[in-house]
Amino acid sequence: MSEIASKTSINLAQEDQVVGPWKEAWRSFRKNKSALVGTAIVIFFVLLAILGPFIAPQGINDQNLSQRLLPPSSEFWFGTDDLGRDIFSRILHGARISLTVGFFAVVISAAAGSFLGIIAGYYGKWIDTIISRIFDIMLAFPSILLAIAVVSILGPSLRNALIAIAIINIPNFGRLIRSRVLSIKEEEYIHAAKAIGMKNARILWRHILPNSMTPVIVQGTLAIATAIIEAAALGFLGLGAEAPQPEWGKMLADARIFLLNAPWAMIFPGLAIMLTVVGFNLMGDGLRDALDPKMKS
Amino acid sequence: MANVLLKVENLTKYFPIRAGMLARKVGDVKAVNDISFEVYEGETLGIVGESGCGKSTTGRVIMRLHEPTSGKVTFDGVELTALSSEEMRKVRRDIQMVFQDPYASLNPRHTVEKILEEPLIVHGIGSAEERRRKVIEYLEVVGLSAYHAKRYPHQFSGGQRQRIGIARALMTNPKLIIADEPVSALDVSIQAQVLNLMQKLQEDLKLTYIFIAHDLGVVRHISDRVAVMYLGSMVELAASEDLYAEPLHPYSQALLSAVPIPDPNYEREQVILTGDIPSPSNPPTGCAFHTRCPMAMEVCKQQVPQFRQVKPGHSVACHLYNDR
Repeated sequence: MSEIASKTSINLAQEDQVVGPWKEAWRSFRKNKSALVGTAIVIFFVLLAILGPFIAPQGINDQNLSQRLLPPSSEFWFGTDDLGRDIFSRILHGARISLTVGFFAVVISAAAGSFLGIIAGYYGKWIDTIISRIFDIMLAFPSILLAIAVVSILGPSLRNALIAIAIINIPNFGRLIRSRVLSIKEEEYIHAAKAIGMKNARILWRHILPNSMTPVIVQGTLAIATAIIEAAALGFLGLGAEAPQPEWGKMLADARIFLLNAPWAMIFPGLAIMLTVVGFNLMGDGLRDALDPKMKS
Repeated sequence: MANVLLKVENLTKYFPIRAGMLARKVGDVKAVNDISFEVYEGETLGIVGESGCGKSTTGRVIMRLHEPTSGKVTFDGVELTALSSEEMRKVRRDIQMVFQDPYASLNPRHTVEKILEEPLIVHGIGSAEERRRKVIEYLEVVGLSAYHAKRYPHQFSGGQRQRIGIARALMTNPKLIIADEPVSALDVSIQAQVLNLMQKLQEDLKLTYIFIAHDLGVVRHISDRVAVMYLGSMVELAASEDLYAEPLHPYSQALLSAVPIPDPNYEREQVILTGDIPSPSNPPTGCAFHTRCPMAMEVCKQQVPQFRQVKPGHSVACHLYNDR
């Protein structure tokens, strides 16, 4: 009897806990195995990016021409490249470059895209027409082609590659937010906000923006993966990172002429890119399922 | 007679229909068509009609959530339709709205406390401490408890959510509350609770209601006067008892005869309407109801009937009563 009583009181106590939308999302995220694997991979690479320079066994630009293109060994875990540099150390450093580019490119494009998308969606009419048509024009080009165009205007460098990637991703975020705002705008709680006597700015920033953020978080995580690939592609084409920088795409490009003699020089940077991208993709999928069950396709 | 709190004159709202690449206007949905009525201080005016007859639009146009196409709305001596949007925003303190769907009218990311506090913040009422006290006070007024303040809307039942919606409307001490089908999304047992709460609040706080609904039983329960709408026009307006005892317009008669009576042995004549409600983008000529009216005459097809008083306090728009 008392047991039953204590059980019901436990249930009541649980019911009384305030479960916010974020907490609830975390609960469902926690149950998703592949999302947790993805998160682990992402955390692993983030740690590498932070700690890489400290744990790298060799300097990134320590050339030793007598040790060119050595296969993986206990001394050089991932082998050496054509200038005798330790590939393992260079990959550790490269994690910092790739993640920084991926992260900042996405933050910039998400911020700019969300702003434009919200303005277009909420105010509509000619503002919407102008912004949406610009997005359409940008999306009409293959994104990598657009990035190449931007970089060739700005000049090749890692920073310009970042800017280019940020710019080409703006319409993706802009459209996403615009469509979200269009649907939220017609929700009854927005009419209610207006009926209460709220100003447009308050409705936009306090009600519409927070309610349109979940797809941005999801899209942002997935876009980091794409941005890393795009950065690597620009590096591979010689439009991103410059010569001594240990950028993964650049490393791939430098190693490709030795593919038959020294495949490790290409395999390991390639694996690093692939793993990071898979990590972000799994995490993004998990976030999507947790934050916005309706987005599941 | 009590003071007129809200006066609506020849209010019209057309929604343009746009089509084609250049969004050319190809027609109008005549949602509200030239309606006029008055709401007296302290009364409840019920507005009934079937789906799509423009009753919700009427409420929203009065609040200027939709801009009226033409017509005049005067509230407490102020002509709402002439105000700038900033002035209108301030007037909204005195006119509040309760919405139909308690699942959609509360922001899912805000706690109840935040939802209830917001009207006060927006209109700059009270200090943070006073606001918090008022939130708790009104939670209790609508029959919830102080500990509910920290919860999110999805943790409440439909009836509780609607109480929150009502509390939100009360926060700024409004004079007029426009309730847009406030109980039609609720279970019948909960409907009664919410209606009784609204009646009690009306007595305690001297509120005036415009109560929009499609459920005639609900409207009869709460309204002092009832207006019947059909296809964007007001066809009849009378004191609640008069309308239910002796509906004049054939459409009102048909509506009322459709209300079930809880007595299996009671025999009565039912007026069954045939045909569908015409499209509001292309309403019939003359009286909008003539296509379905069992008593339609030749004149109904040509002339729009005037909405006029045929008995004290009882107005109707129908050619049958032209000689009265």
